[in-house]
Amino acid sequence: MSTATLDVHEVPTGSRVNYLNAQYGVKSWLLTTDHKRIALLYLASITLMFFVGGFFAVLMRLHLIEPQGALVQPETYNKLFTMHGVIMVFFFLVPSIPATLGNFLVPMMIGARDLAFPKLNLLSWYIYVIGAIFTLYAVISGGVDTGWTFYTPYSSSFSHTSVVPTALGVFITGFSSILTGLNFVVTVHKMRAPGLTWFRLPLFIWAIYATSIIFILGTPVIAITLFLLFLERVLHIGIFDPAIGGDPILFQHLFWFYSHPAVYIMILPGMGVMSELITCFSRKRIFGYSFVAFSSLAIAIISFLVWGHHMFVTGQSIYAGLIFSVLSFMVAIPSAVKVFNWTATLYKGSISYDAPMLYALGFIGLFTMGGLTGLFLASLATDVHLNGTYFIVAHFHYIMVGGAVMAYLGGIHFWWPKITGRLYPDGWARFAALIIFVGFNLTFFPQFMLGYLGMPRRYAVYPSEFQVLNVMSSAGASILGIGYLIPLIYLIWSMRYGPAAGPNPWGAKGLEWTTPSPPPTENFEEIPVVTEEAYDYAHSTVTRG
Amino acid sequence: MAVHNAHPPGFAHQFEDMEQQREAGSLGMWVFLLTEMMFFGGLFATYIVYRALYLPSFEIGSHLLEVKFGALNTAVLIGSSLTMALAIHSAQIGKRGAQVGFLITTMILGAAFLFIKFTFEWHHDYIEHLVPGFGFVIRPEWGAPGAHVPMFFCFYFFMTGLHALHMIIGIGILTVLTVMAHRGRFTPQYHSPLEVSGLYWHFVDIVWIFLFPLLYLIGGRYAGGGH
Amino acid sequence: MMGLLQFGSVFFSLAIQAPQLRPEAASSIAEGVDHLYFVLTFITLFFTIAIFSTIFFFMVKYRRQADNEVPPETEENLPLELAWTIIPALICAGLFLWASSLYFENSRPPSASTEIFVIGKQWMWHIQHPEGVREINELHVPVGVPVKLTMTSEDVIHDFYIPAFRVKKDVIPGRYSSLWFQATKVGTYHLFCAQYCGADHAEMLGWVYVMSPADYETWLSSGTPSQTMVQIGEKTFNKLGCASCHVSDGSGRGPSLVGLYGKEEELKTGEKRLVDEAFIRQAIINPNSIPLRNYPPIMPTFRGQVNEEQVLQLIAYVKSLASEERNSNGK
Repeated sequence: MSTATLDVHEVPTGSRVNYLNAQYGVKSWLLTTDHKRIALLYLASITLMFFVGGFFAVLMRLHLIEPQGALVQPETYNKLFTMHGVIMVFFFLVPSIPATLGNFLVPMMIGARDLAFPKLNLLSWYIYVIGAIFTLYAVISGGVDTGWTFYTPYSSSFSHTSVVPTALGVFITGFSSILTGLNFVVTVHKMRAPGLTWFRLPLFIWAIYATSIIFILGTPVIAITLFLLFLERVLHIGIFDPAIGGDPILFQHLFWFYSHPAVYIMILPGMGVMSELITCFSRKRIFGYSFVAFSSLAIAIISFLVWGHHMFVTGQSIYAGLIFSVLSFMVAIPSAVKVFNWTATLYKGSISYDAPMLYALGFIGLFTMGGLTGLFLASLATDVHLNGTYFIVAHFHYIMVGGAVMAYLGGIHFWWPKITGRLYPDGWARFAALIIFVGFNLTFFPQFMLGYLGMPRRYAVYPSEFQVLNVMSSAGASILGIGYLIPLIYLIWSMRYGPAAGPNPWGAKGLEWTTPSPPPTENFEEIPVVTEEAYDYAHSTVTRG
Repeated sequence: MAVHNAHPPGFAHQFEDMEQQREAGSLGMWVFLLTEMMFFGGLFATYIVYRALYLPSFEIGSHLLEVKFGALNTAVLIGSSLTMALAIHSAQIGKRGAQVGFLITTMILGAAFLFIKFTFEWHHDYIEHLVPGFGFVIRPEWGAPGAHVPMFFCFYFFMTGLHALHMIIGIGILTVLTVMAHRGRFTPQYHSPLEVSGLYWHFVDIVWIFLFPLLYLIGGRYAGGGH
Repeated sequence: MMGLLQFGSVFFSLAIQAPQLRPEAASSIAEGVDHLYFVLTFITLFFTIAIFSTIFFFMVKYRRQADNEVPPETEENLPLELAWTIIPALICAGLFLWASSLYFENSRPPSASTEIFVIGKQWMWHIQHPEGVREINELHVPVGVPVKLTMTSEDVIHDFYIPAFRVKKDVIPGRYSSLWFQATKVGTYHLFCAQYCGADHAEMLGWVYVMSPADYETWLSSGTPSQTMVQIGEKTFNKLGCASCHVSDGSGRGPSLVGLYGKEEELKTGEKRLVDEAFIRQAIINPNSIPLRNYPPIMPTFRGQVNEEQVLQLIAYVKSLASEERNSNGK
């Protein structure tokens, strides 16, 4: 890139053709192959699923205010936590950053006009929607109560709920992930702009690439597992039901072989967003670029080797337990490296407190805590006591909600001006970030204590001595729920009434910020030639524009 | 706007040039085949676990399959991979008639595979009451070791069925390619759809080459006792 | 801020070991597990607070002064990178070694354990003492004595969890799992099912009563006299016709079971299997999955004719058969 300054004049959105106004009409959206429009299609569907899953969570926490349950019958509660898990994991967290921010930004960050396979990208969205429809049908037709983990033989031979539509819905949506991952891998390998070597790539791309490896290698295994579950349920073959010769633990091996790497699908893109936010809002190059880049790959690879830590108390041999335990400790190290590198990036930076940065800072602290509580679970001796309790629930919510969701919101706020050409009200944004942080901690910190005290998870009723902590958690959940509604409102508001944004309101480095906001359909008038390293803030004058 | 030179037919505008497009297409197919390997791999792993657990039943089931049809189908598929490769070669040397001919031969061989499988094997198994869920009959001569023969056949039909589904999709792709070849769309400079589809076809062939011994050729005999 | 206050209060409470934040420690391994837990808590809080504080400090000290301010480039620092890679790795290694050695100890029941049998089913726990006493959702044990639980499920996967003892193990249909503990304090403790198992998973609760050895003996012999597991097992053995093939002098069609428990049996393939609880259960439920070298596969399966409780009683009976020297060819 030859520009030493990033100062571009503001142009009012309405007077220029961009990807949003290039064509009008429902058909132009539903048959689009523009990666940016597809990103928005995903954004809409994912947001819908988030609030459906979140609604179930609200009902759950309201119910748990009282030890004997305040709201619903146990059978209904069991369906609520199952559907909350299925929807949040498969229909929100897994696609969230890759399908929205990834789809929008990957071509732009590498200086390409679109992904390698735009029609496949659209097909991915339709597959996601069809899978979601199956699952929502399951919700409406009475729900499913197996837990999002579908353990057999309960799910294969005992449950009387809509297991088949749910399993099929998740099966179908898996193909959406596989094709998206395929698209990203090929795009990053083959379509980088001239001069954009691997080690000049934004770290967001590295993170998406590592995530795509997991998409490609892991998702087919859950697909076949769910299909086997479907066959078992319909034909009673005896694969997973011990009463007819099957092995229920085999199901757990097959399930977790994907579902553990899946949790890294959910966090790696957030880590990529972190690298972008921290560098921009401290105006410094990332500390330790190669370490951060390689740590993404290390996490992706090691993540395939630790699935047995979900099964320490199933009676697996002590030696298997030792191997999975040591590998689970190992997978924590690259994450620690990232946290230290992000912190060091702030040193002697020029730090501003915009909303995306507040989300980033929240992420780092909460992810650190969530990740460290993982060590309790990697440790065999403590995992015995903590497995199956609220400690696990708190651990993964710290990472998934305190980490991934905050990274997602930070990213949405950061790239919102680029995506929509509008600015959102910063005061409200910071306020919401604070509410979310407070509500989150109040909701989930008490759950660590509940778990240590011995309260098991997935309990519709509980002994009364656990009530105080449960009420605290539910109070936090209501604050958190309100916190999530606030951005929904002002972001939608800003799409119509927000002030127009220039090409680079944050003064950030990155090819996406050299385009107008919103960008034209073909992204770049001319494919840029890249000559500088990533985040090269020190060698340019920066102006917000 | 970028100046549009005359692009060759089939050029997709997200790419900079045909070279990039060809490489992306090829890498895309390889990555897709990798996902297919993980997909079939999960299934094979489950099959192997149960074969180890219930070897006597799986032996009985395997012996009820007719090796001659499996072997014939293996030959048919390998032949079809040869004709597919020859179709690509014909495109590389610019012979349109040969392209179409070899593509059609590949399709015929693929259809022959499916015909043999569905009529001589599956239909025959159905008549013999060996299809789980469709009137499966446990035969007394299997005795106690045969308790899990239905599970063998479940795996048999699921694995060969999944494979057959991939074959059917492959034949569909070949149909489209044949039409394109007939219209002269492929030249020595541009025939990447043929190459990429060839990769897919060869993969489906290789899956069968694993399936055949795994399913048809279970033959261990216990020392000191027949079965 | 809220988070910091919470951390502070938790740390303080843990420091004074307030009972409402720490479950009772009533088994021989509980203190050890708790030590590890507290160290892990300390490490978590230490690093979380350290990271948070460092970030806050940097945010304040290096806040942006002017809109076009561009800070100088930071030098690379490989030693620092390596340090914060290697030090966490060493901490993790230490934790792994500590946790694993604890786990090893906690997994191996001492040989002279009192054995009690547990069958989980939706949605209750059936507990069977060898002396014949049966309980539902209650487990009486003597204090200071190692107790080994052998468990299975009648239906779906459950999980037997006693938080005060820091023990937990999945209870799985079709196989046996076991855990052991030694209670150290007389008292009453929660028993939970900790693996979701359907509608009334949350009601699958129970109580563990730890009694002095004298009280335990009294309790065992009180109530209606019942037959021991061995006695019931023997009755079942005869009623189901097992004795007609499994003649004790080996003259029947099947092998003699006298002294068989704990020995090795050879299969047709040459493989040797240890005759333990799982082997005997497999032989009863799925005999043709164990092709023996010296016997034809003619034993019928008893799947569906015996429930898990009866299987355990049969196993108890087989275990009780006097150990005599067996001939080399099993007859």
